[in-house]
Amino acid sequence: MSERANNNLLYLNDVNVSFDGFKALRGLSLVIAEGEMRAIIGPNGAGKTTMMDVITGKTKPDTGDVYFGGDIDLTRRDEADIASLGIGRKFQKPTVFESHTVWDNLQLALSGKRSVFAALFHNTDAREQARIDEILETTRLGHLRNRLAGGLSHGQKQWLEIGMLLAQDPKLLLVDEPVAGMTDEETVQTATLLRRIAETRSVVVVEHDMTFVRDLGVKVTVLHEGSVLAEGSLDHVSADQKVIDVYLGR
Amino acid sequence: MSHFFLRALDRQASLAILALLVLAAVVPALNLLTPPGSALHLSTFTVSLFGKYLTYALLAVALNLVWGYCGILSLGHGAFFALGGYAMGMYLMRQIGSRGVYGNPLLPDFMVFLNWKTLPWFWHGFDHFWFAAIMVLLVPGLLAFVFGWFAFRSRVTGVYLSIITQALTYALLLSFFRNDMGFGGNNGLTDFKDILGFDIQSDATRSVLFAASAVALALGVLVTSAIIRSKYGKILIAVRDAESRTRFLGYRPERVKLFAFVVSACMAGVAGALYVPQVGIINPGEFAPANSIEIVIWTAVGGRATLIGPIVGALLVNAGKSFFTGWLPELWLFVLGGLFVAVTLFLPRGIIGTLAHGWSGLRQRRASSSAETGTDAEPRLPPDMPAGSKYEPAAAE
Repeated sequence: MSERANNNLLYLNDVNVSFDGFKALRGLSLVIAEGEMRAIIGPNGAGKTTMMDVITGKTKPDTGDVYFGGDIDLTRRDEADIASLGIGRKFQKPTVFESHTVWDNLQLALSGKRSVFAALFHNTDAREQARIDEILETTRLGHLRNRLAGGLSHGQKQWLEIGMLLAQDPKLLLVDEPVAGMTDEETVQTATLLRRIAETRSVVVVEHDMTFVRDLGVKVTVLHEGSVLAEGSLDHVSADQKVIDVYLGR
Repeated sequence: MSHFFLRALDRQASLAILALLVLAAVVPALNLLTPPGSALHLSTFTVSLFGKYLTYALLAVALNLVWGYCGILSLGHGAFFALGGYAMGMYLMRQIGSRGVYGNPLLPDFMVFLNWKTLPWFWHGFDHFWFAAIMVLLVPGLLAFVFGWFAFRSRVTGVYLSIITQALTYALLLSFFRNDMGFGGNNGLTDFKDILGFDIQSDATRSVLFAASAVALALGVLVTSAIIRSKYGKILIAVRDAESRTRFLGYRPERVKLFAFVVSACMAGVAGALYVPQVGIINPGEFAPANSIEIVIWTAVGGRATLIGPIVGALLVNAGKSFFTGWLPELWLFVLGGLFVAVTLFLPRGIIGTLAHGWSGLRQRRASSSAETGTDAEPRLPPDMPAGSKYEPAAAE
């Protein structure tokens, strides 16, 4: 209990989730500090996506504690609540609103009131305009602002989604395989972008691409069969015999 | 608030509203101010027929708000229309007073016939027009609220939602057929005499009802446009395209849908209330599931998710229906079914959507067949992109 109040943004303790007998998470424990950036790696089926589902309220854990910001019990909240608390999520497959323009996508993501009536009588003000322009600048999508999101390339959609996360202004950002399907150049740019984002908030990145994880240069957690196998710097975990067995032994 | 409606008046909405207001003035004038023999004269029958079409058009506009912009395929919108119609019918029944066949000043004829001694509690108040007018909005709105609250909260979507909306209207059909429900059973409510003190059969009243229908439709267009052009409208479309994504942005899709569903039900109720005095009867047949499916066809033919498509669709299909049922009645259902198949295959955007976006249906078919044969040249637009936008490969930076 004392550990979770101790300057930790996210605290998972002994979380178990099973689907029809399949144990997706078994006793997963993880602590993310305020302002920390963490990379999570692991083979397929290690429970990376299930972990994100638990944090964002999509899946309720069978047992275990999930606390945010010290004392907010995330297992009692739903997706919309958790998003409003300040946890943003980027999916593996980029999901943007395809029949809206890039600008509209960012406006919808922008933090603010989420009620129906507030949205009905909402007027775009200069502050909002400036904030969206700033995000367009950061994500290099400025020249595409009036383009429909459905017409963007794969890499541009990934950036738009990261931009939407920035617009949400979350305290914690969960990013699922941000560079899947990107060119090498785009991968490098994305690493730079994520490092910049991590200057002001906590970020958890799930990724398969080892070069990318090395580019990020942060603490790494290795998941295997629903629990933590190793934790530390990339060099440290890649020297770990258990990790080598899991990755190379099969 | 003023922003909310000013924003609604883009070119298309303004033109549609203006056209409807002109219609509301010109059609009654052609009926009332020209002599019956004149070439410009419109018969009262025609005025009422088109008045009825306008109420159908409002019903299609209502469905379009939930189906076109939010992806909720309601197959039970006829229920909200019929409930609005019944509320108006109850008012008109109370206006008959002692002029009924049995001459009972308080009880409508069918109650006297059933040997009822007192007016059921839910008929009280309907002798006042204002009360009936509130009920026209309140009853469909409340039903939509309760139904939508449970359905959307339980995350019932897609075809399952369509099926339960169909079940809803069917359940109401069966209950309104029963005599002891107190709504006239099989025969429904009819034999109306006057509305707000004016003879319901007179040319002038018919003209005013036409004008009221045109104005109500114009209001429906205004409200839809205002909703769609607000930030809420963008959320509505986002929920249609990627519902779970909106949840992770902090929105509550169930509330977003519920609001549109209730507004849409109220619009349908108003349409029903204007329909009943123009056709002179409301009976449980209006709850028939087939009616609700027809509304979907009007909207699809005209073009869903377009502002005026549903109006065009409702007018064209119903004019076709009047023509065919007079000429070859046994053919009409085949024509209707064929129309739906043809629109789905060749005009997936409907008439207005196709006019706005080019002949996309045929173009896509040609594109896919040339892709199969390998004769296609450059990359093509994704189907959801409007013509005119250019496809560019990822910009190298």
